[in-house]
Amino acid sequence: MERLRYFSEVLTLDLIQEKCNNCGMCVKVCPHEVFELKDKKVRIIGRDFCMECGACKRNCPQGAIVLDVGDGCGCAAGIIQGAFNGTAPTCGGPDKGTCCN
Amino acid sequence: MGCSDQKCGCGNSNELVSLQLKVPANDYGCKTPSNDPVPTSKPYIIGGIETRAGEIPQISARLDWKDYLGAFKVRWGIRRDQYRVDPGLYAVGIPNDRSDIFVTANYKFSFDLVRKNLNGVNAWLLVLDTKGVNVWCAAGKGTFGTKELVRRIQLTSLDKVVIHRRLILPQLGATGVAAHLVKEVSGFTVIYGPVRATDIPAFVQANYKASKEMRRVKFDWYDRLKLVPNDIIYNMRYLLTMLIVISVLSGINANGYSMQQALRNIVPIAKIVAAGYIAGIVFTPLLLPYIPTRNFSFKGLILGAIVSMLLFLNHSLDGGLMVNFAEIFFISSFSSFLAMNFTGASTYTSLAGVKKEMKIAIPVQVIFGAIAVMLLVLEIAI
Ligand code: SF4
Ligand code: SF4
Repeated sequence: MERLRYFSEVLTLDLIQEKCNNCGMCVKVCPHEVFELKDKKVRIIGRDFCMECGACKRNCPQGAIVLDVGDGCGCAAGIIQGAFNGTAPTCGGPDKGTCCN
Repeated sequence: MGCSDQKCGCGNSNELVSLQLKVPANDYGCKTPSNDPVPTSKPYIIGGIETRAGEIPQISARLDWKDYLGAFKVRWGIRRDQYRVDPGLYAVGIPNDRSDIFVTANYKFSFDLVRKNLNGVNAWLLVLDTKGVNVWCAAGKGTFGTKELVRRIQLTSLDKVVIHRRLILPQLGATGVAAHLVKEVSGFTVIYGPVRATDIPAFVQANYKASKEMRRVKFDWYDRLKLVPNDIIYNMRYLLTMLIVISVLSGINANGYSMQQALRNIVPIAKIVAAGYIAGIVFTPLLLPYIPTRNFSFKGLILGAIVSMLLFLNHSLDGGLMVNFAEIFFISSFSSFLAMNFTGASTYTSLAGVKKEMKIAIPVQVIFGAIAVMLLVLEIAI
C-alpha cells in the first residue's frame, strides 16, 4: 500500500553520526522504517515518515538521536482537551479518550 | 502487539525514568498473581503452575464467546473502563524455567490478542499495569515504561521463575521502554518482537527476528474501518451539541422567537448535522489515502463539501438557496473539525504537525461556520 505521510517540515529528527556506534537499535524499534542499516552503517532514509514517537531516541544507548519529543500526542482531540483543562495535550485518561484505549 | 487494533499516534512522554532497585512489595495496591492465591473468578484462568516463586496462574490461550463479546463492546465504547486484567505474571500452556517471557499491557484487548497468538506455545506472559490502556498509547504516556517493567520484574520474582534473562516486548512498547536501562537495572535483555500480536508465531519461528514487514505499523483500510464505531460513539457529544444548539437557534425569526418553528426544524437539522458527521467520521477515515492533501482537516473539508454538494444537487437539502449555501458551509466545517480529531487515531501524525495543522484549520472552520450563520441571518432579514 501507498504509505501515508504527514507534514515533514516541522520534524525535528536528526542523527549525530559521530556519536552513533551503528548498533542498529533504532532500526529495530522504528515503526515507520525511518532508519536503515547497510554496510554496517546506520542512516536516515525516510525522515518524512517520522511521527516523533520517540522510540529511537529512548532506545539509543549512545544518545545519538536528536528529537524534540513534544509534550503530548499527535492528536487534535487531545490538544483540545488539554486546552480546556489548561494542561498539556491529554488523551483524557484511560477511561475516556477516543484513541487511547 | 496488543496495540495492533486500536491505537493513537501517541508517542511522547516526559516521564522521568527514576529507577529504583528496591521496591516495596505491592506498593501499587495491586494484586500480583504470584503472591496471592489464584483468583478463580477470572474465566480465563484455568489452573496454576508451580514455580520457585510460588504458584503462577495458568491462563487459557483460547478465547471464548465472552472475550469476543467484550471485544465487541470495547469497539462500541461500552464499559471500556472496566476492561482490565490484573497485572502480574501468567502461564500459557505449561511453561518451565527456560520458557520465553512475553510482555504486554493490562488492557484486556491486548492481553487477549497475545494469549490467543500464543496458542500451542508454552510461555510466560508478564502483564504490566498500564491502567487498562493499550501498549502503544501507554508507552507514549510512560506507563508501559522502563520503570513499570523493572518494578514488575521484581514484584513477580521473575529471576526465580526462569533461569534465562530474556524478555520479548511488543515493538511499540519501545516508545516507553529503554532496553539498555532495563538490562542495566534488572539484568534482563529486552528483545523487541513484532508490532502485531498475530506475527508472534512467525517471529518465534524465525528465531526471534522480526522481519521488516513485522516491524512496520500499517494503517490500511481495515485498520481504519475498525476505528469507526468507536469514533462514532466518542464524537456523539459534538453531534448532540450541534443538533441542540442549532435547533434552539432556528426558532429565531423576523417576529422574534417561535418554539414551534424550532421543533419543526429538528428533523431537517438532524439531517444536516448527520451529513457532516458521516462525512467527517466515516468517509474521511475510510478514504484517507485517496483524498489529496496531507492535512486531515482539509481532507474532511473536501469530503464535507462533496457530500453537501451531492445532497444539494440531489435536491435533498431543505430551504431556499441561501439556506442551502449555509448548509453546505456548515457541513464542510463540521466534517473538517471531526476529521481533524481523527489525527489522534491515525498512526503517523506528530504532535508538532498536528499543532501546525490546527493553527490554520480552526480559524478556517470558524470562518465557515460564521459564513453559514451570516447567510441564515440574511435569510431572516430579507
Ligand atoms: S540506536 Fe543510536 S547508536 Fe545505535 S545505530 Fe541507532 S543512532 Fe546509532
Ligand atoms: S521518532 Fe519514532 S517514527 Fe521517528 S524515527 Fe524515531 S522511532 Fe521512527
